[in-house]
Amino acid sequence: MPDERQTPVIEPGYTYASVTEKISSIVLRRKTPRGWIVGFALSFLLMNALLATIYLLLVRGVGIWGINIPVAWGFAIVNFVWWIGIGHAGTLISAILLLLRQEWRTSINRFAEAMTLFAVACAGLFPLMHLGRPWVFYWLFPYPDTMRLWPQWRSPLVWDVFAVSTYATVSAIFWFVGLIPDLATLRDRAKGLLPRVVYGMLALGWRGSAKHWARYETAYLLLAGLATPLVVSVHSVVSLDFAVGIIPGWHTTIFPPYFVAGAIFSGFAMVLSLAIPIRKFYGLEDFITLRHLDNMAKVMLATGLMVGYGYVMETFMAWYSADPYEQFLAFNRALGPYGWAYWMLIACNVVIPQLLWSRRVRRNVPLLFVISIIVNIGMWLERFVIVVTSLHRDFLPSSWGMFYPTRWDFAALFGSLGLFLSLLFLFIRFLPMISISEMRTLVTGEEKKS
Amino acid sequence: MKAERPRLYGLVAEFSSAETLVVAANRTREAGYRRIDAYSPFPVRGLADAIGFHRSRLPLVVLLGGILGGGGAFFMEWFSATVHYPINAGGRPLNSWPAFIPVTFELTVLGAALAAVLGMIVMNGLPMPYHPLFNVERFGQASRDRFFLCIEARDPQFDGVATKRFLENLNPMGVYEVEP
Repeated sequence: MPDERQTPVIEPGYTYASVTEKISSIVLRRKTPRGWIVGFALSFLLMNALLATIYLLLVRGVGIWGINIPVAWGFAIVNFVWWIGIGHAGTLISAILLLLRQEWRTSINRFAEAMTLFAVACAGLFPLMHLGRPWVFYWLFPYPDTMRLWPQWRSPLVWDVFAVSTYATVSAIFWFVGLIPDLATLRDRAKGLLPRVVYGMLALGWRGSAKHWARYETAYLLLAGLATPLVVSVHSVVSLDFAVGIIPGWHTTIFPPYFVAGAIFSGFAMVLSLAIPIRKFYGLEDFITLRHLDNMAKVMLATGLMVGYGYVMETFMAWYSADPYEQFLAFNRALGPYGWAYWMLIACNVVIPQLLWSRRVRRNVPLLFVISIIVNIGMWLERFVIVVTSLHRDFLPSSWGMFYPTRWDFAALFGSLGLFLSLLFLFIRFLPMISISEMRTLVTGEEKKS
Repeated sequence: MKAERPRLYGLVAEFSSAETLVVAANRTREAGYRRIDAYSPFPVRGLADAIGFHRSRLPLVVLLGGILGGGGAFFMEWFSATVHYPINAGGRPLNSWPAFIPVTFELTVLGAALAAVLGMIVMNGLPMPYHPLFNVERFGQASRDRFFLCIEARDPQFDGVATKRFLENLNPMGVYEVEP
């Protein structure tokens, strides 16, 4: 395509030295910008809503939330699935696009991976809080129990524990391995003693030896190859938490692929929601170019269409199954008391993203930002519809009920957003948000020499 | 080879581009030097070959890590469900292996990934906070935009004067002595 060639992945005129300087100076040289301080303070404040919720939860139990029978899985599970889905885009960018040799991923992979890590951290909190007795969470692991008890290996909830903890671990080490050469750069460029010592320790004494690079590249490639099936498995297992249950609206085989597509959809929306302000604020338009935004919008459009196909198939299968409970659920989902949520999610996830077919929209940065926020909201609503609408009216009308979130439901949701943003602000301040060593490989032509 | 400890760790030459470094590394190997290493701010294609590093056993380590993780996971599930604490749930088979696959898969990936990272770090001899090369002031540029080639003093062919002249003939930006 002609526009692919016109917009480069890095603006011309950069040298190894200037790429290094531009990215590392954000961490080492520039003063902490006032915007950063304000943003971090607000995020930190928001995070305290989460801490207050956790405190109250430990004192009073899960009754502080709106959950009850029949809707025993409320916001906690909605938020868990939403956060973990957001994380998936980071792994997709860092692993799958690496294997597909999409070099445009280079300038966005580092903070997409950081986003993954922080999103998984937020996600992991919710099932723990939802346990009711979070202090005994280790019962989910195979530990030497004096009563010889073991986890129930046939339960998707136990699979989930292994999937999410493996995902968190692999994401963290993948991210750290990517950081090692850049930490060495920071070590060599830092002026103060403290940063030199801290970055030096974290860099493990990296010196860029050819032998080290050879093993490093092998390890990085293998990690990418391992993370690729892992990321597909994680959201598949999350979907099995639902699909293995017999609740109408949950018990369908389309769930694993539909969840994975939804995860990537929401994750790319989140990457865009973060990348657009960051590139503007730190003047990184030369590294995160319109081509990146355009490509991410295309991925969002494609995965959005897959999610849309999932919605159509859910409804079709309800009719085709001839199962009265499934058919009732399909009506109730669209026309019942939570119908507003369903139609909002259709608008956010299916209708509005169709604007992305237009190249003009994909290159209109403010509009793209708004669409990405809408998709984030839409994907949260999708999980709300899956969890709450399916549970609130199942087989017996005598056991129907409604779910009304309390203020602590919202405090936990927005508080987790605060935790996520606080971690992200700290990351931007103390670590290079773009991979310097990988960006150097994009420098081409005569500009190479400094 | 002299018996006493050499006064130098080696000699290091600085180059301005990856291409000149690869050429220099190739010529150094052709000249018979074996204890050499090259340093660059990003992975350079062909550089590991040029200094005579061909195969890494890392993939084997990763394979073993994966086998250990997956095999261990399945054994744990099988052992706990059939031997250590068997529960008859609705007459289902105790060794219900299809339900054991998700955990087996996840721990296979975990084992392999940990082996990849730890293997890479350990085989590279890291963490190593001190290295003689860090004594060379210019070497700080190796993580920025400069390329270095080091001939170590342990090389049988190493000779303070001749090796320095050899490196200077490779057209470097400078040749520096590395104190141990």
